[in-house]
Amino acid sequence: MNRAVRVPIFRPNEFKWTHDPEKCARCKRCVQQCGFGAISWEDGPVSDPAKCVGCQRCMVFCPQQAITIDVNHRRNVWHQAETGGVLLTGMGCDLDYPILWDHLVLDACQVTNPSIDPLREPMELKTHIGRRPDRVKPGGGEEDESDIPIAPCLELESPIVFSPMSYGSISLNAQKAIAMAAAECGVMWNTGEGGLHEDLKPYSHRAFVQCASGRFGVDADYLNAGAAVEIKIGQGAKPGIGGHLPGEKVSQEVSRTRMIPLGTDALSPAPQHDIYSIEDLRQLIYALKEATDYQKPVSVKIATVHNVAAIASGIVRAGADIVYLDGFRGGTGAAPTVIRDHLGIPIEIAVAVVDQQLRDEGIRNQASIIAAGGIRSSADMAKAIALGADAVAIGTAALLALGCTLCQRCYTGKCSWGITTQDPALTRRLDPYVGSQRLINLITAWSAELEEILGAMGVNAIESLRGSRERLRAVGLDQTTCDILGVKPAGVGA
Amino acid sequence: MRIDAADLHYRDLNRQVRQAVAEGEMELEIVNVNGQRYIADGVQGSVGMELHGVPGNDLGAFMDGPTVVVRGNAQDAVANTMNAGEIVVHGHAGDVLGYGMRGGRLLVRGNVGYRVGIHMKAYQDRFPVVVAGGVAGDFLGEYMAGGALIVLGLERRPGQELVGDWCGTGMHGGVIYVRGDVDPARVAGRFVAVRPVDDADRKVLTPHVEAFAFAFGLDVAEILEHDFLRIAPISHRPFGAKYAA
Repeated sequence: MNRAVRVPIFRPNEFKWTHDPEKCARCKRCVQQCGFGAISWEDGPVSDPAKCVGCQRCMVFCPQQAITIDVNHRRNVWHQAETGGVLLTGMGCDLDYPILWDHLVLDACQVTNPSIDPLREPMELKTHIGRRPDRVKPGGGEEDESDIPIAPCLELESPIVFSPMSYGSISLNAQKAIAMAAAECGVMWNTGEGGLHEDLKPYSHRAFVQCASGRFGVDADYLNAGAAVEIKIGQGAKPGIGGHLPGEKVSQEVSRTRMIPLGTDALSPAPQHDIYSIEDLRQLIYALKEATDYQKPVSVKIATVHNVAAIASGIVRAGADIVYLDGFRGGTGAAPTVIRDHLGIPIEIAVAVVDQQLRDEGIRNQASIIAAGGIRSSADMAKAIALGADAVAIGTAALLALGCTLCQRCYTGKCSWGITTQDPALTRRLDPYVGSQRLINLITAWSAELEEILGAMGVNAIESLRGSRERLRAVGLDQTTCDILGVKPAGVGA
Repeated sequence: MRIDAADLHYRDLNRQVRQAVAEGEMELEIVNVNGQRYIADGVQGSVGMELHGVPGNDLGAFMDGPTVVVRGNAQDAVANTMNAGEIVVHGHAGDVLGYGMRGGRLLVRGNVGYRVGIHMKAYQDRFPVVVAGGVAGDFLGEYMAGGALIVLGLERRPGQELVGDWCGTGMHGGVIYVRGDVDPARVAGRFVAVRPVDDADRKVLTPHVEAFAFAFGLDVAEILEHDFLRIAPISHRPFGAKYAA
């Protein structure tokens, strides 16, 4: 029963917004730029501290650098005492948990095992994602234990995919930027559970099309339009929690793409109420394979939780061709803060234990692993692959490339940067062509760095690095964590 | 065209079905159906299929246009995410029917199981409808967002309930019609309201009951003369107040 009644409370402001009238050019650009309506003009800009979210749009766009914003007070308890509501947030967990990537270092070649010079030697970043046959018949042709047809693998030019972000959670311009970049770079993007907008069909050959509990925008055409189909079970930012696009974000276009009525809540409950077991999951996996005539690999996306290895094993045995692991630092358009910050386990651990479990069971060939939720750089990518991933997915990094400043207010739909909003006045701030080029730059840069890393390690193909935990060493990790990661402490030789 | 499904794995059966449809076959008769899953899964166009036996789970999943008549019972997840077309079951059907269904119609002569019509949704001119001749299990219309569920309760035993517990939990669109009484305490009062049908409801209801009666050779007037109740959501935004704005 909801007993909550709003009781206003006097409290310090969350952000300290200051403005230097000496520098101010009185251009009013700050007033226009604020998506949250926090700045008004009273013979000079005045900020309403109750509305400011610290997104820094005004600060960045002030031609005179007259504005500064500082974090003043976190106000969660006050806010809850005032409203009686569940706190919402966006993006990924920002608490100070240890980041294991920063406790892992990569090996390099010296003297006895020569490195490879990526400036003149070909370095192969091409990665194949999907199921491999159990056996290869000598003399050509594939022979599998079962007669279940195997969908062709996805070919990635670089082992990076964009993580699922639906049209609805992000603007069409943002999704278009991502889709165009994926097509240009020969990687993959993911529709999220928001359907496939007409404008993005030219890029659908590089898309995972997602099918989740709400079945938004899912029909036979949609399933066959993508290069692969993904069943979303969970999300790293909100394990065990479903999606909920508030009615006011369900615009005409969003309604058309999701094929739902205008203005109603788009609810994707956490349990898919037709999936209560691995057997039920198998039923949906094969419903999708039948609907696509076994031509599309099927991915299953889960949040990494305590029992992730056994769950992933079940997913592979249920017929999935790809297991997408989303670590607890993964982002979201909207989640309860308490869930985002406290549930799930780190992706570093999850990749290691899932890879090991699948190897131990002799089924590692049956599915590829995509690691997501906290991949911040090409180094994280290399380490994830050395721990056992086939490829990584980036969401937060992609949004940063589009201009995101991590104010974590995606759920309000007022994003001043035009990314997580459907307000036409705001979405037009993001030019999909410019955004796409930034994403292409990011992937180009990370790919070049990955080549440098591979060269230094003396490996000339990324698929040769996969699961090479011998090329990782731990710094400052306890023995138990080292054992779980399957990584020796630094100082232990080969 | 006639296909004998005896001893056929679902993959082989469905491959034959897809091939026949691709070759422009308009009438398929499949005999000796015995639990094969995914029949008519993702099939588009206006082919008609008549199945003799009991098809397995996910009959007509993602289906987009065909008409399927089942001469027997059906199992779980019939019409999963179905887009258009019609499925007629001359018997009982299992759990999770019409999950995420967006259009078309499912007519079941007998009883239906648990979790029927979860997440059904209407969109523009598409309006999914499930008619159950018998009674329905728990969680009928959970998270329902559009379309209509109609429970007729024909040949009900004395004391047998029309719907199970938790009817309409999280429902935020669409409508459930039941022929007869439900105990308001047994439907989720937090989400839905119950009242007798009015003329507008009758207009929605009648053509589907007519189609049901026609499909199974029953007397429409006799079914329709009974009182119906309407179970519909209180709000399109049932969880709006839960979060700190």
